[in-house]
Amino acid sequence: MAETVKPVIEFDHVSKIYPNGVVGLKDINLTIQPGEFVVVVGLSGAGKSTLMRAINRLHDISEGDVRIDGTSITKAKGKQLLHIRRQIGMIFQNFNLVNRATVLKNVLTGRVGYYPTWKMIFGLFSAEDKQRAYEALGTVDLQDKVYTRADQLSGGQQQRVSIARALTQTPQIILADEPIASLDPQTTKRVMDDLRRINQEMGITVVANLHSVELAQEYATRIIGIRAGEKVFDGPVAEATDEAIAEIYSGEEQEV
Amino acid sequence: MTAPSSLPKRKLQWRKWALSAFMVVGLIWSAWITQAHMGMFFQNIGQFTVIFQEMAHVDWSYTYYTVDPMIQTLKMSIIGTLIGSALAFPYALLVSRNIVTNKVVVGIFRFILNIVRTIPDLMLAALFVAVVGIGPIAGIFALAIFTFGMVGKLFYEAIETIDPGPLEALRAAGAGRIEIIRFAVVPQIANYFISYVLYAFEINVRASTVLGYMGAGGIGIYLQQALSMFRYDRVGLIVLVIFAVVLVIDYISGKAREALL
Repeated sequence: MAETVKPVIEFDHVSKIYPNGVVGLKDINLTIQPGEFVVVVGLSGAGKSTLMRAINRLHDISEGDVRIDGTSITKAKGKQLLHIRRQIGMIFQNFNLVNRATVLKNVLTGRVGYYPTWKMIFGLFSAEDKQRAYEALGTVDLQDKVYTRADQLSGGQQQRVSIARALTQTPQIILADEPIASLDPQTTKRVMDDLRRINQEMGITVVANLHSVELAQEYATRIIGIRAGEKVFDGPVAEATDEAIAEIYSGEEQEV
Repeated sequence: MTAPSSLPKRKLQWRKWALSAFMVVGLIWSAWITQAHMGMFFQNIGQFTVIFQEMAHVDWSYTYYTVDPMIQTLKMSIIGTLIGSALAFPYALLVSRNIVTNKVVVGIFRFILNIVRTIPDLMLAALFVAVVGIGPIAGIFALAIFTFGMVGKLFYEAIETIDPGPLEALRAAGAGRIEIIRFAVVPQIANYFISYVLYAFEINVRASTVLGYMGAGGIGIYLQQALSMFRYDRVGLIVLVIFAVVLVIDYISGKAREALL
């Protein structure tokens, strides 16, 4: 990989200690290049979710610096923070859609970071953005559901709507926090395939955390292993041997 | 495999029993010191039947005169409910722990809301009759504040039960606080809010009939006049009119709320 490319995500000695003293992340250094498909693996409570949320600063870190596309999100304030966040789409284990709203409304909310507040109070999205949302639904093959209420869709469809919402942000990065933990095997494949297509065809960097090592090996270009808040493995899929995986998963499961 | 062991006896919950005994003793004791006894209830039962018989001879010719004050009562309720609810909405956001994370702010504003809610509607009416004078304006003020206290609590309890997921998703997408409220909070609670406002309106129609009694406008004034003139035939009619109107409004509003939730 060419080292001259500007990294899209950089972690510089990042540590996170929760107010109750629990160590979330311990001195993490990380450089992710544009177009990578990174899968983070580790035991429950090892710090995978904390790592994800440190990237878009849903969690504040205690020490170090996180840079997105060269700009520090750790030091960003007010509008600047919101503008960095809108470059980062996020997908969640529980989809996090508004159940009572239509699919279109849910997908459009990915766009709110691009409007002034007063326009948003009245929900004034441009025709262009509505078209953008519709096209994003096309990417996940759900255009026929555009006016359906979100809670009338199956779990897999809801997760694909949330992918469409993230795409509508026109992000550089998509974070997927346990995107398939609530899904059955068939829909899991569908969602993971969508993520791979987005990664390969649109060149969007994907960072996902998964419970399944098999899926990680199937879809990732690079695997990061987290154990008790520390990075214990970082390398291309080919290097993630059974011994390396066993090493990541050694030790006790921790409660968050 | 271990041998099946028998179900262990539950420990005696002496605290529960002690508390129950304490409550019963307290009830008997308070009845004793206030000198309340059941005989009191039956003492004037004869008087009750006399008045009831008089009320039963309804003065139907008075119906015409109850229409305007009844409409005024409804107007008072509608305006009072709307003002109170409109104020309660932003206030409820301010005292919801999942919207405002500053515990001090939430604590202080919740305390104020609790105080507002402890004031009975009749006292509010008496207060505003003194401040703005006899008439429906006093009633509107009283109902608005009464509604604010009641609906404000219902609102913030509804807000605190919403799914936090969409809030997090909006935050991750770079939305500010107002956008989060607009797109993640409001869609989740809008139906509950409308339902609570209708519920408040039902209660306010009932309350405002009585508020007039304090001089706060509406049909209550006529009720008070009829009572003080011992015109029980008219009292009977007014009670019937109030009953009919409240029944109709409760029915419509109940159906509407069913459809919403």
